[in-house]
Formats: sequence, C-alpha cells, structure tokens
Amino acid sequence: MDNIAGRTSALNWIVQISVVALVALWLFPTVGLLVSSFRTADQISGSGWWQSLTASEQNLTLRSGSAAEQELRDGVYIVEGNLFGTVSDADISVWGVTSRAIDSYLPGDTADLGNGETITVQADGTYVWSGTEELSGRGQRVFATATTPPEFTLENYETVLVSGNRTDSMTRAFFNTLTVTIPATIIPIVIAAFAAYALAWMDFPGRALLIAAVVGLLVVPLQLALIPLLRLHLEIGIGKGYLGTWLAHTGFGLPLAIYLLRNYMVGLPRDIIENARVDGATDFQIFTKIILPLSFPALASFAIFQFLWTWNDLLVAKVFLIDATGQTTVMTAQIVELLGTRGGNWEILATAAFVSIAVPLLVFFAMQRYLVRGLLAGSVK
Amino acid sequence: MNPALQGLVTIIIGVGGCLAYFYFSNQLLDKVLLPAKGPNAGRNTNRANLIRPWLFLFPAVFALGLYLAYPVVATLWYSLTDRNQGGAFVGLANYRQMMAEPKFWEALRNNMLWLIIVPAASTAFGLLAAQLTDRIKWGAIAKSLIFMPMAISFVGASVIFKLIYDTRPAGQNQIGALNAVWLQFDGGIGSFLILRLLPGALMISAAALALYLAWQAVQAIREKGMGAAAVLRAVLIAVMLYIAYATLGLAYGAFTNVHPYGVPQTWLTIPGWNSFLLMVVLIWIQTGFAMVILSAALRGIPEETIEAAIVDGANPFQVFFKIKMPQISGTIVVVWTTITLVVLKVFDIVFAMTNGQWETQVLANYMFDKLFRASDWGVGSASAMVIMLLVSPILIWNVYNARKEMR
Repeated sequence: MDNIAGRTSALNWIVQISVVALVALWLFPTVGLLVSSFRTADQISGSGWWQSLTASEQNLTLRSGSAAEQELRDGVYIVEGNLFGTVSDADISVWGVTSRAIDSYLPGDTADLGNGETITVQADGTYVWSGTEELSGRGQRVFATATTPPEFTLENYETVLVSGNRTDSMTRAFFNTLTVTIPATIIPIVIAAFAAYALAWMDFPGRALLIAAVVGLLVVPLQLALIPLLRLHLEIGIGKGYLGTWLAHTGFGLPLAIYLLRNYMVGLPRDIIENARVDGATDFQIFTKIILPLSFPALASFAIFQFLWTWNDLLVAKVFLIDATGQTTVMTAQIVELLGTRGGNWEILATAAFVSIAVPLLVFFAMQRYLVRGLLAGSVK
Repeated sequence: MNPALQGLVTIIIGVGGCLAYFYFSNQLLDKVLLPAKGPNAGRNTNRANLIRPWLFLFPAVFALGLYLAYPVVATLWYSLTDRNQGGAFVGLANYRQMMAEPKFWEALRNNMLWLIIVPAASTAFGLLAAQLTDRIKWGAIAKSLIFMPMAISFVGASVIFKLIYDTRPAGQNQIGALNAVWLQFDGGIGSFLILRLLPGALMISAAALALYLAWQAVQAIREKGMGAAAVLRAVLIAVMLYIAYATLGLAYGAFTNVHPYGVPQTWLTIPGWNSFLLMVVLIWIQTGFAMVILSAALRGIPEETIEAAIVDGANPFQVFFKIKMPQISGTIVVVWTTITLVVLKVFDIVFAMTNGQWETQVLANYMFDKLFRASDWGVGSASAMVIMLLVSPILIWNVYNARKEMR
C-alpha cells in the first residue's frame, strides 16, 4: 500500500538507514554485555568494550618474570621473556617503569633501575631484566602503552559455571531457577485450561461475573499479595521454600492464563463441540480430546509468558523463596547480590548476567511466533 | 531431597494431581452421585451439568481467591492496624505516618514521572519502529531484534545499563559508553547543537503539543457545553498547562545550564537525571512490546482509507496523523495502559541499580523497603494500597470494557 504513495528511492534510503540506526541502538547495550563477558578483568577496566573489537591502544601494567627465573650469564644476572607471557602481536609505543612516568622510554631503550639493575623492552614485549647483583622480588613492573589485537577468553564462563567458587558460581542458582520455573509454568496451565473451558463453553449462572473478576484480577499488583501470603505460608507450615513459590507463581499467573485461553477457546468452531456433544461425548472428553489439542497455540503463548516471567522474577523469589541460608537463591537474586559485593568486577557480573539471560533469549528466538500471537490475543481488542 | 528431584516430583504430583482431580471428580459426579441411568436419568443429567462447571472452575477460583482477591482485603486490613500492638485497629495512623515521610513523597513524585515518561516514550518509539519496519524487506528481523529486550530480566537489563553508566576517574579510559560519549563534548558548536538546541527544541515542541491539546479541550468545552465530560476536560487542561509550564522550564534550563565538560560523571548519583536514566532501561524493554502490537494494528487498517486519502492529495504526514492514528487510537490506549501497569509495579530496576538512593525511590521499592528492611507492615501495606489505588482506574476501565464486549 505504500507503493501508490509514490515513494522515492531517497525516502526509502532514509527509512533503511533509520531502521539500521534504531536496531543498532537497541542492540548496543546487550552486545556490550556479551563482549564484556569474553574479556579479562584487566581488559574490561582498561578500555571500553567497543574498542576491543579492533586493535586498540591501551595503557597496560605488565610484570616481568620473577627473580626466581634468573640465570647467571657472564657475571650478570638475567631474566628474559615476553611481558605478554607468550609471543604476541602487541605493539608497544612507549613504556616506563613507574606509574608517574609511563611514557619515559621508547621500545628498545634501556631503563636504569638503580643498584646496577636495568631493563630493556622491545616493541613486541620481549624484555631483558639484568643486574650486576642477584635479583630479588616478584619481577619488575612495566607500564606500557601498547596496541593490542582483539583478544577474547572463556575464563569468565569457567569461573561462573564450573569453578565451584562459592561467591561467583552460578551453577546452583541456575538449577534453583530451573526448579522454580518449570513447575510454576506447567501447573497454572493445567488449572487455567479447565477453568477457561468452563468459562468459554459451559453455561452456568455467574459466568459473566467470573469473567469480569478475572479481567479485574489481571491488573491487581502482586505487591499487595506479599505480606498476607507470606503470613499465610508461615502459619500453615509451608514457610519459605519452593512449594510456596510455585503456589504464588501459579496464583499470580492464573488471571492471564485464564484470560488468554478463554479468549482463544471461545473462537473455536461451535460445530465441532456440538457434534461431539450430540455423539455423546462428556465435557471431560470434549475438553481433553478436542479443545486441548486445538488450543495448542494459546497454551504455548501462555507457557512462554509464564516461563519468561518466572525465570526473570526477583520479587516473588526474594519474598517467598530465599531464606537466611541462601541455599535456594535464584539467578536474579544472586546477580543483585554480586552488584552489591562485586560492583567493580565487570567480568564476573557481565558473565553471570549473560548466563541468566541466555536461556530466555533462546526461548524467545525459538518461540517468538507464539509470543507475538499471545501478546496480540491479550491486547488487541 | 535434591531440589531438582523435588521439582520433578512436584511437577508429577502437581500436574498428576490436577489431572486426577479433574478426572475423578467428573467420574464421581457421573457414575456415583448422579448417574445418567435408572429412573432419574434425565434429572440427574441436568443436575450434573449444573455442578460440572464448578468442578472445572474450583481449583482456579480457589487459587485466584486465595492468592489475589484475599490479599487485597488483607492488605487493606493490615494498613489499618498496627503489628506491634498485636494487630490493633489504628485507623489511618499508618497513612498519616507515611504521609509525613519525605521519602514517600519522593517515591510518589518519581512514580508520577515514570507514569508519564515511560509509557509515552515506549509508545512513541514503538510506533516509530512499527511504521519504519513495516516498510522494508528485512523488517521482520529488525522487529525481532528490537523486540528482544522483552526476554531479558529487569535485573539483567540493570546490569547491562550499569555498564553503560559506569564511571572511571578522570584521565583513565572510560569503559561506560555514556561517559565515553560525554567526554566527546567540549563546549564547542557540536555541544551547543546536541546538548542545548536539540533538547531545547524537543522541550519547546512538547510544550507546544501540550498547549495545542489544552486548546482543543477548551474548544470542546465551548462546543459541547458543561457537563460531566467538561469536568474531565478541565482536569485535562490543567494537566496540559502544567506539562507545558514544566517543559518550558526544562527548555530554559537546556539553554542556560552550565555543563561540566570534560569531567566524567557518576550518572546514577545525580538527582534529577538518574531517574531518567533508570527509565531508559524500562523504555528499552517496553518499546518492542509497543512495536509488535502497534505494527499489527497498523496492518489491520483498511487500505481503501489510505488510498482514498492519497488520491485526495494527502502527504505522508497527513496520511499518518489524520488517517492511521485515529484508526489505531484504541490500540494505543491498550498499549499505554499495559505499560502503565508494568511501570506501577516496577521494582527490580530501581532495587538493582540504586535501591532508591539519590532520590530515585519509587513506590514499589519503597514498599519493599518498609516491609522487609524496616519490618513496618503497617506503612508497607499502606503504600501497597496506594499502588492499588493508582491501578484501580485501569481495573475499572478493563472490567467495564470486558463486560461491554460480552454483551
């Protein structure tokens, strides 16, 4: 329909470029997190992540090998090697030996460290640290301004996923989140499907009122439920734990589930259901044999909503699940914790955050069709 | 027991239990209590059909009642009682105590800002994205990428944006994108254009829009006369005039403020700006939602209306504002209210990024603070009731629409 508007190619180009800009703007934050999760702590704090994609000039603090590696050669104690560990593609432009003067020397120069000690650094990072007396200490620090090629590491993922480090490991939180999510997604679907069928295809007094109530409850903020329900859970002995969390998520997810499923089921062809009734099928049979299979798209879209919502939830988990021991922490809660205790350790934070958002992103891209359909069913009237 | 195993058992018991309940209760009804056989077959069938809906509904109604309806009443009750006095009725004392706290007013003020800015910006961006992506070949991919933040948790998004707002001391390489961009400004002509003229012009046009809407409302009152609608319009005029006044003030500020060029800023600690930076996170998440829905609505517009307008010589802007906008206004209202609901409950972003420090408090976080850090259930419940109060117009509107639809 836009063709008849006599669209010029200039306008087309403007549209194309605006969309590219918009998409880039929307992707930029997430890509930043993804890239940062593959960089070491030094790299992250040394330069912006957008510089890591190309060879960039950075100020680095490097250290030579320790005095334990020294050899005695022609009466001179020598430590040799490369500041970057192995042979690298880095290119040092200037360097120094104190943090106050990091640009004192050019590559190939020799710095006098006093006491007859000297150090010579080449552009590629190879150095010779020598002294007329026996060397001591952890190795000489070198402050270098170097152009380093892009370099990425999987180290952070190792720390976060497999190291078993007590504060940083996300493994337990990952499985806890999974434990919360799966039952909290499946149970409301079962309950809501039956209720939605009754509200869509069974005739009984009070039906309209119930539907109105469900629509009303759709918007009740779950904040209101926190204290009364926590009290209730503590009184009846559920306490803080998975069971209470599953029940809470079930309760909070039900209005949307019933609303979505009822709207979908009402739209199913009346003939099929009435034919089945005439043929003597009971409501239970009609529901399980006809309605459920036909409602798959609606079931799928609610399942995605509820999965994303429970996976990403922080509030319900904090109130109903996580107790003082912290054994049952979920990923969102642990990330908030990390933000507090390790606010500067972006390598851990970025990796932990990415681990937690990877699963929803996978689900999102795999099942986007159903998600969109559910959104439209829930909103467009 | 291992939580994973426990989870599995729960799924089996929970789901199996639900299915068993539905199956056996139906069996019980049909075979034992009211069998469709014997002398009373007809009467039994009718009775069974009266009872059956409630068998289907019972678990859902029970859960809804216990987990959503009962808490509303209970929270109302808690907000009127004092836990320390053994739950004695204290009237409005909790509300009075809450009103006396500056932090509450700060939260309320911030919430109002969130309520105006986030839905407006998300809907506007969503509309823009929908309109643009519908015109190009790779629009589906672009949409999916803009929609993606919907899947990211508020906490994850907070980490993402904290990295963007990060600050390093002056002289070091900035690793936060915002500061890196900020340091590009030096007070020259580029800075004037982007930091003064652009926001100033935006604010002035927002003020003009508000004044225009106010003027429209004045006209409507003149034409349609006094009545219940006139009161609503008067409120609208007052709000619009206030918005115009506020935006003109901001425009003046945009031209006169002195900017600390060349100094990296700790963005999240600057009162006034930090709330906006938190809102950006939610706008980033919600724009995709608005886009998807509005894009579907735009596609649903009958082509004849647009063709007719073009034949009559309408330019693209007229087509958009005079033909398309009125036809999708209903959807815009739905998108707006849905995002408003999200905003009212926003908790995670503030909790994770600033925890309400530096004047960024919002109601939901204020409430959490009262409940679980100060252990003050009375004031916590009172603030929860304030959130409920803010939600209730939408609740009534939704119920009203749903009932209208069913008739």
